[in-house]
Amino acid sequence: MGVEKKVSSPPSRMSADFRSQIEGQRAYLLRYASLQLRNPEAAEDAVQETLLAALAGEAGFRGQSNLRTWLTGILKHKIIDAIRKTTRETAVGTFDEDPDIGAFGYKFKQNDHWQERPTAWSDPDSALEQKQFLAALEKCLKGLPARTAQAFLMREHLGLETDEICKELSVTATHCWVLLYRARMALRQCLEQSWFGATGAKGG
Amino acid sequence: MKMLSCKEATRLVSQGLDRELAFGERIALRVHLVLCAGCRNVDRQLSFLRRAIRRLPASVDEPSR
Repeated sequence: MGVEKKVSSPPSRMSADFRSQIEGQRAYLLRYASLQLRNPEAAEDAVQETLLAALAGEAGFRGQSNLRTWLTGILKHKIIDAIRKTTRETAVGTFDEDPDIGAFGYKFKQNDHWQERPTAWSDPDSALEQKQFLAALEKCLKGLPARTAQAFLMREHLGLETDEICKELSVTATHCWVLLYRARMALRQCLEQSWFGATGAKGG
Repeated sequence: MKMLSCKEATRLVSQGLDRELAFGERIALRVHLVLCAGCRNVDRQLSFLRRAIRRLPASVDEPSR
């Protein structure tokens, strides 16, 4: 898909300026959509629909909010539509990920207490300001099973409530909580190995 | 009250980010966290994770604030 799609057929009284401002946000929006939608075409489509909706709805943007924030708000809805579509197309019963969280690399002993007690991370707040950290986090997200990542990002990135996520993914609330738990613990483990273990003092 | 295991405690830590815990759950978790440094660390780290995810995607151009 190397071809850059252009927004077509704008309404005639569209300001060229507004249009180019919107186009300027395309790369960001695509990165945003790609976090949630692993299929690059689906991400591209969601962005395209967002830009078209934005052009059609210029009046809705009165400059009171940041353009990026406004566009991201539209994009969220398009992403949820895309997720809904995928859920509908995925046959029931294909949701067969092993619920055994032990598979995610962190271990509890037989008695469900820590095998290796988690230690504190050094200076996580300064990590937040570093692009390499955010890149490491994105990489950890990509390592999660698709549905687990999906549920987690719907919760933490799109900010949906659990009942909405359950509905969109056609799972029970209990299953939803399990997915979120697994995602969090796996990401914690991944960050510890790829970032905090590597930069902080080892051992302990 | 039965003491929580670390597995149960971390589950409640996670669920506490998604729903309001029942009174009994909150108390049991609080007691566990007071006694268990490992789970206290996980508690902090999962809240941190929430803040970190909201920074994504990392801006390629200007910071968005």
